[in-house]
Amino acid sequence: MQQYFEVRWHGRGGQGAKTAALLFGEAAMETGKYIQAFPEYGPERTGAPVKAYNRLSDGPIRIHTQVINPDVVVVLDASLLESINVTEGLKDNGALIVNTQEKAAAIKEKLRVTNAKVAVVDATKIAVEILKKNVPNTVMLGAMVKITGVLEWDSALASIKEKLEVKFRGRTEIIEGNVEAIKRAYDEVEVA
Amino acid sequence: MKTIAKTGNEAMAYAMKQINPDVVAAYPITPATEIVQIFSNYVADGEVDTEFVAVESEHSALSACVGASLAGGRVMTSTASQGLALMHEILYIAAGNRLPIVIALVNRSLSAPINIHCDHSDTMGSREAGWMQLYCANSQEAYDSLIIALKVAEQTAVPAIVSTDAFIISHAMERLEVLEDEEVQRFIGEYKPRFSALDLENPKTFGPLDLQDYFFEHKRAQIDDFSKVLGTYNKVAQEYAELSGRYYPALEEYKTDDADVAIFTAGSTADTAKEVVDGLREQGRKMGLVRMRMWRPLPVEEIKAALGKFKAVAVMDRSDTMADFGGPVFLETRGILYDAKKKPLLTDYVYGLGGRNIDISDILRVYDEIEQVVKQGKIDKLITYLGVRGEE
Amino acid sequence: MSMKFDRPMNWKELPAGCLIDEAATSLRFKTGDWRSMRPIWDAEKCIHCLFCWITCPDTAITVQDGKMTGIDYDYCKGCGICAVICPPKASAIDMVREEK
Ligand code: SF4
Ligand code: SF4
Repeated sequence: MQQYFEVRWHGRGGQGAKTAALLFGEAAMETGKYIQAFPEYGPERTGAPVKAYNRLSDGPIRIHTQVINPDVVVVLDASLLESINVTEGLKDNGALIVNTQEKAAAIKEKLRVTNAKVAVVDATKIAVEILKKNVPNTVMLGAMVKITGVLEWDSALASIKEKLEVKFRGRTEIIEGNVEAIKRAYDEVEVA
Repeated sequence: MKTIAKTGNEAMAYAMKQINPDVVAAYPITPATEIVQIFSNYVADGEVDTEFVAVESEHSALSACVGASLAGGRVMTSTASQGLALMHEILYIAAGNRLPIVIALVNRSLSAPINIHCDHSDTMGSREAGWMQLYCANSQEAYDSLIIALKVAEQTAVPAIVSTDAFIISHAMERLEVLEDEEVQRFIGEYKPRFSALDLENPKTFGPLDLQDYFFEHKRAQIDDFSKVLGTYNKVAQEYAELSGRYYPALEEYKTDDADVAIFTAGSTADTAKEVVDGLREQGRKMGLVRMRMWRPLPVEEIKAALGKFKAVAVMDRSDTMADFGGPVFLETRGILYDAKKKPLLTDYVYGLGGRNIDISDILRVYDEIEQVVKQGKIDKLITYLGVRGEE
Repeated sequence: MSMKFDRPMNWKELPAGCLIDEAATSLRFKTGDWRSMRPIWDAEKCIHCLFCWITCPDTAITVQDGKMTGIDYDYCKGCGICAVICPPKASAIDMVREEK
């Protein structure tokens, strides 16, 4: 069977977990990968825990199943760590990336992660400082690209910028702000 | 040809844009809402010439489509689940009047209980309405199939439903290749309707009362025309393959030549099962897959030939007939194989109702069990409800 | 094409979809011979309220310039609705037996 690189995104309704998965998927496609990006739908309510997924491969992807054993788990909101087992099914040698103010080692210990690396970045702080709003999703893409290494940084950033330009037609400060925030997350992400 | 990333819904809406129908009348319903929402953006942005009719229900949506099609227009709509159920009455009217309307549909379960996720109950409940039905396995196929279906519908005067699996395909972004607008236009050609209700020089009578003396003759003629759909489909699918490089047979066989057993299923599960087949073959187990893509009209001879060569086949049905006899694909397949010279042992697995995840391990289990059926030479359990709590 | 035939058509001969290749074919369907009772209109009594015109199921009441002008016996099937609906103070329509 084919090899896949799979990602699970955890967020709360309104934080943009689905958008992050779509942006990451499209960025991966620009680098020549075959991709899937899909949300786990339920009743969509602001604040409710939500999940979204990515599946990447070098060849066409035929499986349409849920992601059970992700290579990477991204948590957009640290408050989810209390209520949800975010490391469920995480592959050995995988990575958990959390938006938090805490240190990577602290999270690693708290969640008793022994088989994977843990990376942290304070995406909320970066978002509030640069974008003046708590929108950590795009910011986390910076950490994501750095930690996973599956995408080439320059082309991933270019692709994300392109998609933001479509989404925010002409609102330069938002587009540039997002790009700056993504770069900062790329630089500031800390690993344990 | 260009490569883009699109969800199933975006892919369907994009195909509709390139088809540029004269009229789209639609009412939103999850998970098909996005299709008309995205399409209405194309209308608002002037990217299509379509008259978009926002109506107050699916019954009205298809009724408006019937009127527009009688007027000689190229007409499309989109719906899912309860929406198709509400259209049910008008499905027959469209088909009986030979109006080649095309529905971009997302397969979703029917209430109750209320659920918005995938199964095939909606379209399986419309099998007898006289519409061509194509079940797609992925976004690429959904895009391609709308274009193919429109051409077949217009050539045969038989309306068509093209469907994807709710959320699994409708909301999953995938990489796909799309044609240029002009290529699509050249492929479908200009629609030349047989008549137009707006042609005041040549007035006609549409949909008159038709009683005991002629109704049966009209239905018999409709059934006969329906039987020609498969031939036209095969031709159009071939033309599309020449244009796009992607060929979609009405019935697809995957690694079946030397296989003793096979799964017979539809939609996204069939795509996943291909991967499972590859894995089994790496272990030296010769197993295959037959994918049901067209379920109306039924490709009877194709099914007979394809399934006749196996020792055992497991049908996987994503809906139930409430006949206490499994799902519709199983029931009809049994009927088709009744007079086959060689026929396999046939079992049914009803799975995935209301969007219950179907995992690789579930499909592996079906292959294991069907292999066991061959070893034993008999079936222990005819119908299995797969992946439901409380069942072994 | 007008569908004239001396025997019932079989399914292979019919235009698809129950389409009739012309309009207003009901004009050729004269229901006058269904009549066993004949409405007789009295122009003197008629107050031209047009109730009969509005209710006649076979559009057999003829009207010109807003005035009732008579009954088209090619299509009048003798149902008597016009006689019933005609206001009592006018009573301008009488039903009589067709049979001589
Ligand atoms: S008898 Fe009946 S059909 Fe004849 S004119 Fe009166 S209402 Fe019309
Ligand atoms: S209903 Fe009687 S009074 Fe009125 S228009 Fe007819 S015939 Fe005359």
